[in-house]
Order: sequence, then C-alpha cells, then structure tokens
Amino acid sequence: MSFRLPTGGKIDRQRPLSFSFDGKTYRGFHGDTLASALLANGVRLVGRSFKYHRPRGIFSAGSEEPSALVTLGKGARAEPNIRATQIELHDGLVAHSQNNWPSLRWDLAQALGWLGRFLPAGFYYKTFMWPANLWPRYESIIRHMAGMGESPTVPDPDVYEKCHAHCDLLVIGAGPAGRAAAEEAARKGQNVWLADEGGSEETVADGITMLRRTTVFGKYDDHLYGLVQRREGEKPRQVLWLLRAQSVVLASGAIERPLVFANNDRPGIMLAGAAVGYLRDYAVQAGRRAVIVTNNDSAYDAAAILAAGGIEVAAIIDHRHMVERRDGMDCEILYNHAVIDTSGGRALTGVTIAPLDVNGDAVPQSERRIDCDLLCVSGGFTPSVHLYSQAGGKLIFREDLQSLVPNSAIPGMTVTGAANGEFIPGAGAPIALSGSRAKQFIDLQNDVTAADVELAAREGYRSVEHVKRYTTLGMGTDQGKTSNVNGIAVLAGALGKPPAEVGVTTYRPPYTPVTIGALAGRDSGMFLAPTRRTPMQDWHEDNGAVFTPAGLWQRPHYYPRAGETPVEAVNREVLAMRQGVGIVDVSTLGRIDLHGPDVTEFLNRVYINGFKTLALGMCRYGVMLRDDGRVFDDGTVARMGDEHFIMTTTTANAGPVMAHLEYYLQIVWPELRVHLASITDQWAVAAVAGPQSRDLLDNLDSNMEFANQAIPFMAWRDGRIGGIPAQVFRISFSGELAYEVAVPADHGHAMWEMLLAAGEELGVMPYGTEALTTLRTEKGHFVMGPEADGRATADDLGLGGMLSSKKDFIGRRSLDLPALTPNDRLNLVGLEPRDGASAIPPGAIILGSAEANPGMEKAGHVATAVYSANLEKPIALAMVSNGRQRMGETLWAHSPLDNRIVAVTVTEPVFIDPKGERLRA
Amino acid sequence: MFLIPCPHCGPRAMNEFSYGGDATVTRPAAPGEASDGEWIEYLYLRDNPKGGHEELWQHIHGCRRWLRVSRDAVSHDVLGCVEATEAPS
Repeated sequence: MSFRLPTGGKIDRQRPLSFSFDGKTYRGFHGDTLASALLANGVRLVGRSFKYHRPRGIFSAGSEEPSALVTLGKGARAEPNIRATQIELHDGLVAHSQNNWPSLRWDLAQALGWLGRFLPAGFYYKTFMWPANLWPRYESIIRHMAGMGESPTVPDPDVYEKCHAHCDLLVIGAGPAGRAAAEEAARKGQNVWLADEGGSEETVADGITMLRRTTVFGKYDDHLYGLVQRREGEKPRQVLWLLRAQSVVLASGAIERPLVFANNDRPGIMLAGAAVGYLRDYAVQAGRRAVIVTNNDSAYDAAAILAAGGIEVAAIIDHRHMVERRDGMDCEILYNHAVIDTSGGRALTGVTIAPLDVNGDAVPQSERRIDCDLLCVSGGFTPSVHLYSQAGGKLIFREDLQSLVPNSAIPGMTVTGAANGEFIPGAGAPIALSGSRAKQFIDLQNDVTAADVELAAREGYRSVEHVKRYTTLGMGTDQGKTSNVNGIAVLAGALGKPPAEVGVTTYRPPYTPVTIGALAGRDSGMFLAPTRRTPMQDWHEDNGAVFTPAGLWQRPHYYPRAGETPVEAVNREVLAMRQGVGIVDVSTLGRIDLHGPDVTEFLNRVYINGFKTLALGMCRYGVMLRDDGRVFDDGTVARMGDEHFIMTTTTANAGPVMAHLEYYLQIVWPELRVHLASITDQWAVAAVAGPQSRDLLDNLDSNMEFANQAIPFMAWRDGRIGGIPAQVFRISFSGELAYEVAVPADHGHAMWEMLLAAGEELGVMPYGTEALTTLRTEKGHFVMGPEADGRATADDLGLGGMLSSKKDFIGRRSLDLPALTPNDRLNLVGLEPRDGASAIPPGAIILGSAEANPGMEKAGHVATAVYSANLEKPIALAMVSNGRQRMGETLWAHSPLDNRIVAVTVTEPVFIDPKGERLRA
Repeated sequence: MFLIPCPHCGPRAMNEFSYGGDATVTRPAAPGEASDGEWIEYLYLRDNPKGGHEELWQHIHGCRRWLRVSRDAVSHDVLGCVEATEAPS
C-alpha cells in the first residue's frame, strides 16, 4: 500500500530506484531519502531502542534524527548508526535495522520485558556493582542487549579524501537567511563558501563555492572549521574539508522540539515539521489520519498543509488555552488539552487526550481516545547554536521561545535567522507531564525518560552537567538535538527553579558523528607516515630481509635463509661476523655537519668528554647529557678540517639531538659561531666488521691503505673506492676490527655491492639489527632506550671516567644534586643464568630472592637479553641497584608475564674481549 | 590547530612547530655558581598560569628557529611571536 501521492514533491519520478531494508526489496525515486522511501512504502518500524528495545520509527526529517538509525551497506562497507533521514537513496542501496534479536519485528529482549526494571538512571553505577566479581558477566550481557549498530571487522575498502582550503566567508546553512548572506558577500567580491546538509540542486550565485550534503561539524582554533561532505556512490566517498574561514555566518536554522508524554516514542509519532517536509519534498503521507499536539502556532500551518495533502487531520491538541480562533481549520481544536498516552505496538493506533487543570496537570477522569496512525508533535523550536557554542558563545534562555538563544557577539561569527531565534513562532507553555507511570521519553536515542531526570534530581544531582552524565541525557550520537532543552525543562521542574537557572551543558564537536575513514583520509596503511629508505633498501628487500621499524626507517632485522628459524638466522650472522667478516647498513644513524670557528668549544660544552684535542683525521666517541644530568645520546665526532666536524647520533635521536643543539646555539650561547646541517640523507654508510674486515677492504679497487699505520683505531681517511669518493672511519660498535665506509647517497647501492663482491671469497655476511643487538650486548655497550632510558646517568652506565673535570658541559651541574649521587643507584651490569642455559626474560624485574612478596625492595630490571652464539649461553645487560659492588651475587629475574623466575649471576657487562684488543688489531 | 605567526615564514599551523616549554625560564649563566635551589628551579619548577603564557616553539618543519610565542592558554589566542632571544612583542 503506497503512501506516495501521484504528483508533487521534489523527487524525479522518471528515475525509479530499487533498494533493500532488512532483506526486503522496496521501490523509491531519485531524490528520496531512505526515510522518505520507507514511509512511502508504509514501513513504520525501523529500529529498536538503545536500552529497552522498544519499537521505533522515523521521528524527524534531518540530522537531528534520534531514532531511525540504520546500518548502511554490508560487509566491509557496512557503516552503523547512520540516520535514515540523511541517507540519499540510490539504486541497490542496502540497509539494515539495528539492536534487535532475532529480528526487528520479534525482538526477544522486548518480549521478556525485564530490561526496564533493571536500567534506571545511573544503573551502571549501582545496580550491577554487587557482587563485584560478577560485574564482568553483567557487563557482557548488557553490552549485548543495550547498544547500537555493530562496526565491521574488516578494513573499509572505500576511498576518503582530506582537503585544506581558505575563504573570506563561510556560510553555514543554505536556507533563506544563509543564501541572502552568501549572495551579499559574493556581490562584494568576497570568496564565499556555502555549506548545507541537504542535497538540493538549486543553483547559487557566481562567486559562491557550494558544498552540498556537507555538515560543518566543528569549530576549532584560529577560524578552522571541520566539514564533512558525503558523496555516497562516488569516489572518494567522503571528503573532509579543513577550512580556514576569516568570518562565518551561522544560518543553521532551528530544530523542532518534541513534547514529553507517556509512550511518546511509538512509530508514527513524528515532529510536525517533518510530516510537512515528507509531504512537501517527497509527496509522502506520513500517515492517513493525524492528530497534532502543540504548544505553539506553527502547528496550525502544519495542519493546513497536511490536510491539503490529503491527510485527514482528526484534531489539534493545544496545551494553551488562550489562542485566537483559527479560520479555515475544519478539524477539531482542543485548547488546554494534552496527550497523556498513546497506544499501538509496532505502529501507532491512537492517542489518549485529557484537559489540563489550573496547575497544568491532566484531568484523568475526562480523558478521551482518538484513533490515528500519525501523531505530529510540536513543542516549539530550538535554535541550532552548536557551532556558536563551540566557539565559546554564551546562550540565554528566552522565556517567550522556551529556548536557548545566542546572547553575545563573538569575533568572526554572525548568527542569523532561526538559529538566532528570529522568525520562530512563540512556544507558549512549558512541558506538561502526564504524571503517568508509563515511560515519558526525553532522549529517544539513549532511552532517557522524565522519570530518570527526576530520579537524578531526587538523588541529589543539581548541576545539569552531572545530570547529563548520570542519566546519559543528550550523550547519544545525536548529541541531544531534540532532547536537551526538554531535559533542562524537566530538571528545572524537579529542582523548582526556572529553566534559565538550570544552565546548559557544554557543546563539543562533532555536531554529527564523523566516520573515522573521513578523518583519516588517505593517511592509512603505508601512507600513515612516510617510510625512510636507505640507499641500500632495494638490496635488503631483494635479499629477503625481515624488517623492523626504527623511527620512520625500516631496518633489516635479519636475513633468514630457506628453512631457517629467526634464531638460527641471527646466530649464523653473529658467528660469521665474529669469526670472519660481516657488513651492516648503518645509513640510518644521524649525521650532523658542524662548521665554524667555535665548533670545538661548542662540542666541549655539548659532550661530557673533551674535544679540544681532537686532531684532524681523527674521531672521538662522545656522550651527551641533558641539563638534568641524564644521558641523552652518544656517537662519534670526526674532525674533517680546522673548522669542520661531522657528528653521528643514534638513529632514533637524530631529530631530537639536532633540536637540542639548535636550542643551545640559538638561545643559550648565541655568541658561538657554529653552523649545523643535517646530512643524514646525503650519505650511505656501511659498517664492515670482523677480524677479516681489513682483508675485505684490501680486496677493493681503491687508492686507500687500511693497515694500522695508515688508518689506526679511531682515525678516518678519505679516498676513492671503485671511483666513488669515500670516507672510511676506523670505529667499531661490535668490538671487532671494523671500518665504516661512507659514500654520497647516490652511490650507496653500488658501494654495498662492491663490498659484497670484495668479501665474497671471505664469506662476508650481511647482518641485521638483531645481530647488532647481540654483538653489542656481548661487548656491554649500552644503547639509548633499554639501558640509557632517560633516567640513567653517565656514571650509572659505567662512563664515570669519561666525565671531564676540566670544563663545564651540559648537565654537569646536575651531577652534584643529591638525587644523582647515592650509591644505591642502578648500575649497568651483565647477567648470566646460574644454570648456564635458561633464557633471561627481557624486561624482567630483578629481586633478591626467588620469592616475590608485596612491598619487597626491587633490585633492578633486565634491560637487554640475548642468546650469545659466541659464548653458547644466554646473557643480558641489566640495571641493578649498586650493581658494580655486587659482582658474583645471585639474583632472581621475575617475569610475571610468562610466569618465569630465572636465577642469575651478576657479572661485568663486557662478556667478550674486555681489554678491547680485537678492535685495535 | 592554531596558527603561529613565524617572523621568518609567516602564519603557519601549529603542527609545523615543536613545543619547547616556558620561555621565561633562563639557564643560569654560570651553572657552577648556581645553588642547588636555583638549578632545580631552572630544571624543574614551572608555573601553570591560566591565561597569558610566554612559551618556546621551534619551527622544526620551517626555518628551524626557536621562537618565543605569547599565547593565551585558555583561548589559544596567539598574541605575538618573536625570535626566542628577543623581548616579547
């Protein structure tokens, strides 16, 4: 049975569409919304309510819709909680109802009817709190029973876009007031943008950029506005606009308010303006026989329009008793009456009305029933001031409108039209409650009733903000667009205060929910952040490297061979390097070029050790602190010329070190003449390490010598390798004879291949960061993070001897502070399992006993734990209280995560070649 | 996402900058002569004023200069921006 009139509306009858709702196929027209098409097909029941699973229908015709939320699309494209009133119909559209089981028509939770008793206001604070150990079970049941749509569990295949733009004027709302403002500004030559939630194809004047189907959802600092544009069926599906608007005209109109009475939520109960809209815009009768209940004049116009559209208007129920007689209305008009109850199951069948006594209370003995399938409610209008309030504008309660309107001007924003309370017909009487025990809903989306608000007031809640949180009033996805003012009115009644004194809750973005896809735009997956690639990255990928992230870099973790486990691969890499030669890509280390006459003085102040004596052609290891005395970074500095140095930093700290150096040069010591430049990306660097590393370099086609006399430990030389200009640094992280070969980045891949070719006969082994970790752990080298964790001092890490006493440096003053001097500080030590075999759990807490008791003193923690293939046993580096004085002591590493307790022996941190003879070989 | 009027690059969105803390804190010129109290004041003690705040921002994705920004910590209004070593505008 169709509710569509044969003519009229703004739909295109030449373009019929087919769509499905809950698996059933229906017909509609181009220009319909899902809501208008469902109404045209006589579908009244579209969802079940949040808490009580009550049948719900279509309540409004716009973005304020609290009830008709559906899941749009299916599978990966499913999007839950979308307002049917804003979904433009397209051919093949698929939508489903929500929050029902087993079906929308036969919902078990409602049939049981037990939910209402258990879910009063604040139920989650009290009802289910005892006994506490059952809460997880209650919670799982409540989560299942009370809720909204479900998110898809697979990635969204649609494309979303993000755009940035600037304009002189943004007009929000393309109604009469908005259009007038936009056209006037455009005539003056301003760059005007006009955004409207609707899809009207009406043309706009030149100079106006029109965004249709677009919601301005948020106002942010410095005139930044967030807009989301819906483009259903197109690509990209939604566009997020970040628009800087020098000024804004807010012409967002007003939203009609419901009235509060018993069972005011049945399908068939609808805002009067929405019923008019469905008739006018879609030629859809929202019902056959209507009753209109109102407290203001606008409903009389609505009644006339509905009657002209063929809907039988049975009666107008007006809360007021002093209203001018309306001519031309041939329906019954009952002044000083109210609706006190409704009837019907899955659709409205009738209303019960009663006269009001002098107190505004219904007189029950005089009640009367009127049959109808449509009840139009009109409780006045609420200006849509959300963006004004987000911008910090203050609202005032106007008695004549029974509503909150803007009260103060705010820079850069003008509120006009109905949003400013202009042209809104008066709403005479405040809300009348029927006194019934049946549910009188204020917030249809969150199932908050007048009784809930009154309960909150009885329980002592006074602030509207607290009542909101306690009852969840206005906290649904509709942000209480149709419920906030009624909530304030009911709370005011319960507190015995005028509504103006109750105040208003804070408005926050977004105005309507914004899908995460739109906020992310294209910034997902590999586009979430840029990936930094070294010049040798292609080779690593081609040779099967498994990668691990290091900041924005992806570094080779290890290079597994066919059939190898990760552990076997790492052990192979570690053994090959210590016994022969290995190479590792260290291009990711930060490189900073320092130029200027004061560089040595600057380095002397930056590092804990002296740099004035660093000779040309030599490198020096340095440690830098923050001013609070904690280790900040370490690396080497090479002197390239009289006034020219190159500093290396750790991979992760390259950016922070640069900012740190710039801070001291720009703010603390601006008199120092030093220029800094980051040159990390300009160089490709490979470390060649192992007892046969010199043999490898000797095999190269180069003009350089690599013997001790030519390039001693901690020296650097430049020359050419295979025709490529190269710098070779005799430095070692692994503790073996080692060289770092640096070439301009463009030659990195070629250099890497040349090193591999020169090492082929030696069995050169490329190794990754996991082998690097094992190698440095064997040598007791700390790194930033596990050991130097932002708390450790140089002395804690065993570097006390490096601290120069001849100069001041960043952080030195802090070393004397009481907190940095006690002898129970955590020291860097080594650990071995007492049984020589048990793996030491990384991150484990170290205690002085195998028993863990509450309150017992912690001895430290395991920082880095590896299996040393060279020593054929697990080893670890740990930070242990007063650890250097506890060599040989047995402690216990507790790992509650995997229930392991491992007895360990405290050792010196250096496990291999403690005298450092190998690296000078 | 407020704007910072960088004296070198013009008005730029705040996500081009990195926050560097209270700009009114000065490092003792001779740390060795500072008392423990003075040094701890410099290292750790900060006011958390409601309203006007002088603060350091580094334009890390621009000129890389350390800047002194006068900002209202309540409204986020940026009232001025100069080189870190200059007096507030």
